[in-house]
Amino acid sequence: MVDEALLRSLTPTVIAVLVRRGADFAAAEDAVQDALIEAVRTWPRDRPHDPQGWLITVAWRKFLDAARAEASRRRREESAHAETVPGPAVAVDDTLQLYFLCAHPSLSPASAVALTLRAVGGLTTRQIAQAYLVPEATMAQRISRAKRTVAGVRLNRPGDLATVLRVLYLVFNEGYSGEVDLAAEAIRLARQVAALSRHEEAAGLLALMLLHHARRPARTRPDGSLVPLAEQDRGRWDTRLIAEGVDVLQAALARDRLGEFQAQAAVAALHADARTAAETDWVQIVEWYDELLRLTGSPVARLNRAVAVGEADGPRAGLAALAALDPALPRYAAAEAYLHERDGDPVTAARRYADAARAASNLAERDHLTRQAARLNAQLRD
Amino acid sequence: MAKYLLLKHYRGAPAAVNDVPMDRWTPQELSAHLRYMSDFAARLEATGEFVDSQALSPEGTFVRSDSAGGPPVTDGPFAETKDLIAGWMVIDVDSHERAVELAGELSAAPGAGGQPIHEWLELRPFLTELPTITE
Repeated sequence: MVDEALLRSLTPTVIAVLVRRGADFAAAEDAVQDALIEAVRTWPRDRPHDPQGWLITVAWRKFLDAARAEASRRRREESAHAETVPGPAVAVDDTLQLYFLCAHPSLSPASAVALTLRAVGGLTTRQIAQAYLVPEATMAQRISRAKRTVAGVRLNRPGDLATVLRVLYLVFNEGYSGEVDLAAEAIRLARQVAALSRHEEAAGLLALMLLHHARRPARTRPDGSLVPLAEQDRGRWDTRLIAEGVDVLQAALARDRLGEFQAQAAVAALHADARTAAETDWVQIVEWYDELLRLTGSPVARLNRAVAVGEADGPRAGLAALAALDPALPRYAAAEAYLHERDGDPVTAARRYADAARAASNLAERDHLTRQAARLNAQLRD
Repeated sequence: MAKYLLLKHYRGAPAAVNDVPMDRWTPQELSAHLRYMSDFAARLEATGEFVDSQALSPEGTFVRSDSAGGPPVTDGPFAETKDLIAGWMVIDVDSHERAVELAGELSAAPGAGGQPIHEWLELRPFLTELPTITE
């Protein structure tokens, strides 16, 4: 058996070594992918004592082979122009720089996600394609275009950590499809970025992921249907992940440089802290949403805040807070339905749940919201 | 093997026999329906006849190009009278008879009162690639 997690964790380091030796990023990345494939093939028979050293040696050889083949192909073509000189060597001097490159602001979010998963995550193009439900050829094109886009980037100044964190957030939120658990992969990468950058928002994102991942076993029933937070069996939450998430968050908050991920993680920590839904400290949650709004002004945070107000100060207060928002916001109808039911108006609630189901952007939520409407309508018939 | 598209409509198909909107079913009836649908897909995967299945949001717009250089024109949300696709399943089967048989089974998914919906599904054969031997 090849320890795939170990193999993948070595990927960014090996790419960085090749780049330091003078390979350009795109060629280094290709060479390391080839070396990974060879490792998967040969390690089960013949596992090296020094996996990282082996990968560096094999990847470097693959790079030289490719460079020689490329050089002789170019000679054969007798190109009149000398424009195919390899691009400037990227001054990547550590793993973190690779993250910055893969999440470079010149890339679209989808491209940055794909490149990050391949170059620092060590996933194959096939695995990434499968996870995002696109043909492998499409994903291969997306990755090679992304590599061309960042080919000329010189990393001579610090990259933008915020874009790296946003990319990891996107990967985490994609959840699970195919053979790769993207949420677990995002946590692995966030752990590395938090350790390398020592930035409090990287820690905030890691804490946010850990705290949400902890709830995953309780979040769906065996048939795949959604269980709302208030109805989840909290005994099935992963206490080890919660403890780690809370520790990471507290250390970040202690540095007194609040950011959006820390504020979101604080909300998740307050949920994790409540032994039952009824014990939830909604007053504090509203305060954290106020902080989040101050930091981001995000309409989604405003909507979540309205629901939290409904829990802290009663459904009427929640509906009043909601009334100030744009009804076109995602999940607006669902929030309104929920608050109307709590306010003792099942007729309006059932109607708004049905509206919310029509507006849902994913199947699990649509089925859940239809079920809520069906439940209320059945009660009204009795 | 031949590929067929099974189209399900929100609107535009003749009315189903058991025509009750989903939010008027009981939660148990809803669960039974969803289980039937996922069992159906799983069974076709097991027989090697499943290709793809997707659901669509009812929200959408018509779009067409305007005069050169201008932004595209949109028309929507869809008017109440317009045909509206809810989703599809693609199957790869040995015969047209088999495709009809499977569409019939899918149409019999349980709905209100636990009774089959008997909804109309549209069955459309895919146009194939040009065969190598044509004479």
